[in-house]
Amino acid sequence: METKNIMIVGVGGQGTLLTSRILGGLMADAGYDVKISEVHGMAQRGGSVVTYVRYGEHVAEPIVEEGQADVLIAFERLEAKRYAHFLKKDGVLIVNDERIDPMPVVTGAAVYPEGILEELKGQVTVYAIDAMAEAKALGNQRVFNLIVLGMAARHMDFDKEQWIRVIERTVPPKTIEINTRAFEVGYQRG
Amino acid sequence: MSETKIMLGNAAIARGAWEAGVKVSAAYPGTPSTEISENIVKYPEVYAEWSPNEKVAAEVAIGASITGSRAMVSMKHVGLNVASDPLYSVSYIGANGGLLFCVADDPGLYSSQNEQDTRLIGRSAHVPVLEPSDSQEAHDFTKLAFDLSEQYDTPVILRTTTRLGHSQGKVVVEDRTEVEDKPYERNMGKNVMMPGSAKGRHVYVEEREKRMAEDANTMPINRVEMGDTEIGFIASGIAYQYVKEVFPNASVLKLGLVYPLPEKLIRDFASKVKRLIIFEELEPFVETYVRSWGIPCEGKELFTLQGEYSANLLRERLLQQPPAAKGAQVPGRPPILCPGCPHRSTFYVLKKLKIHASGDIGCYTLGAVDPLNVVDTTVCMGASISMLHGMEKAKGKDFIRNWVAVIGDSTFMHTGINSLENLAYNRSTATVMILDNSTTGMTGHQDHAATGKTLDGTEVPAISIYKLCKAMNIEHVVEVDAFDIDTLEKVVKEETAREELSVIIVCAPCALLKGQKFPYKVHALPEKCKKCGMCLKPGCPAVKKKADGTIEIDDTLCNGCGLCANLCHFGALEKYEI
Repeated sequence: METKNIMIVGVGGQGTLLTSRILGGLMADAGYDVKISEVHGMAQRGGSVVTYVRYGEHVAEPIVEEGQADVLIAFERLEAKRYAHFLKKDGVLIVNDERIDPMPVVTGAAVYPEGILEELKGQVTVYAIDAMAEAKALGNQRVFNLIVLGMAARHMDFDKEQWIRVIERTVPPKTIEINTRAFEVGYQRG
Repeated sequence: MSETKIMLGNAAIARGAWEAGVKVSAAYPGTPSTEISENIVKYPEVYAEWSPNEKVAAEVAIGASITGSRAMVSMKHVGLNVASDPLYSVSYIGANGGLLFCVADDPGLYSSQNEQDTRLIGRSAHVPVLEPSDSQEAHDFTKLAFDLSEQYDTPVILRTTTRLGHSQGKVVVEDRTEVEDKPYERNMGKNVMMPGSAKGRHVYVEEREKRMAEDANTMPINRVEMGDTEIGFIASGIAYQYVKEVFPNASVLKLGLVYPLPEKLIRDFASKVKRLIIFEELEPFVETYVRSWGIPCEGKELFTLQGEYSANLLRERLLQQPPAAKGAQVPGRPPILCPGCPHRSTFYVLKKLKIHASGDIGCYTLGAVDPLNVVDTTVCMGASISMLHGMEKAKGKDFIRNWVAVIGDSTFMHTGINSLENLAYNRSTATVMILDNSTTGMTGHQDHAATGKTLDGTEVPAISIYKLCKAMNIEHVVEVDAFDIDTLEKVVKEETAREELSVIIVCAPCALLKGQKFPYKVHALPEKCKKCGMCLKPGCPAVKKKADGTIEIDDTLCNGCGLCANLCHFGALEKYEI
């Protein structure tokens, strides 16, 4: 098979590293070669962060480049716009419909763009969800990323059972129940 | 028994070291090397520690090696500068038990102050350098490094990069092999580096390097993958993967040992290809050697000394294929101090008092940027204090009356202590602010000697930074709560005005530290808001101006530090218990 490319983008601290651990486990379980590239360190302090996930028979390069992503999972709207050009023409964008102002916007040096989702819908297939609101309804806003992941799962080649199995062994034991419920919420909406 | 796991490059190094029978591991945290220690501490057979700095860590490993045990030290590239004093001399001593220096370079500057290339340090210290290209090789080369170290009686550097250390990939892991310690015997000519013995050992170092360079021609980790002979690439590390991605059928000489280089193998490979291209991140290290041997090649004239390489760089420069798509113009998102970060409170006060800060390495370097703009200089670990001293000695004590040095607790314990010692000794009148957030923040919360916990979580007596300063005979040492901004302002005014050395220890734990959550959040009362913008000054991402000019607090971001509520004169921001 041709190597598949997934990207997870967001704001440092939103839990991209947990999401990539789940994806890595999933693909390894399925017997694929997999490479994942992450950002640690300074950018994790509220900066723009990106994780690349590539899987297939044999994967050389650990990063995804412009125009190559099959699925782009964006935890924030502006980050979706920043990385949308990494998607293939027939790629799918899964986006958490949330706005987090970057510092240049906070200080007034830049303006947060309006109508991001409408604009992106004209370019690629977009699935959007207000995962933060859904997570609050579940009683734990920190699981919003599993909701987004659940939505993305609908557009990838793995059974729900495979996902649940890897989530159960990747998240902290005390949070298995809430995380699998969050995943289910996204999956139903996907 | 072997099994396959998905592992971070750094975790694979830890696993490889464990399998190779390593007994002692020491390190100071530094992105992108930190996870090596965080993983190795999980193996009960290995003693692993955070040391105060990389020089100390290296010496711990050297001591263990001299007694005959396998030992390792890990650090980021700039950490090797701190540890280069022991490195250059242990190169002469060699290794009794295998001795490994894991050094992580950071092309692309994800979390560093420069882009130096560790291969050059390996060369000047006459220490061999291995470079893995994925997690499997990170694991395998680590094991090999211990064998080579003992076989050639030399320390070995395992050079990684951010992309390697922070990428996950498949690794076939095995069980640990307990390696019997080599006997310890007193050997002055080998282990006591003074002129008489060092002269003899220098002869050995040169002979060793020549022997290793010869053997490198036949080492399996230096491998020729013959294919299309139009272009032949020489590559190592992650750059090799980019070559394979874009030119899967090209001929490649894949180097695992990047110093010393296998001259015969390179000559032979060059003779078989029409065009020889050297694809290496950072310095033209291999290229310089190849050119010096009179072999025609191409390298930096095609690529660059700067940043990370990629498959796209090859497509662009060799195939004239520009990137498939261009990104939209959107506002940047640089890293920022977190909501609830005590440094924000400190910098707010310094900015209000129009004070310049001589800065240091840590999250608080972010005090240099908008909207705080307080930090004027940053060079290296510990430099904030000593540089402020140099400013005073050059310009006189009046020049630094509106200056302070800012340094974190971990950085102070790393090398700031030496700098403060100098100020106490050489009659400084400076004000030093130690921003004590009870952890090593930027690298992801590691303990140190002043937190009272070791790498494995054992509680130990914490070194008191206050008492340490007092022991230097510094009379004025004041402790202040970072969020008590009125007291902080008063103390900063007093201490900077005073023409004597003083230390202000600004205390409040990192907002992300486990178990340190404020039991509050803040909410806005828009009817009381006068739209004055006071609360926006510290630049907290949780405080937002709405279209009508009033303020709202982002409930999901707010950490409840209350700085914004303290700044509001109209009671429009209210702290509430959660």
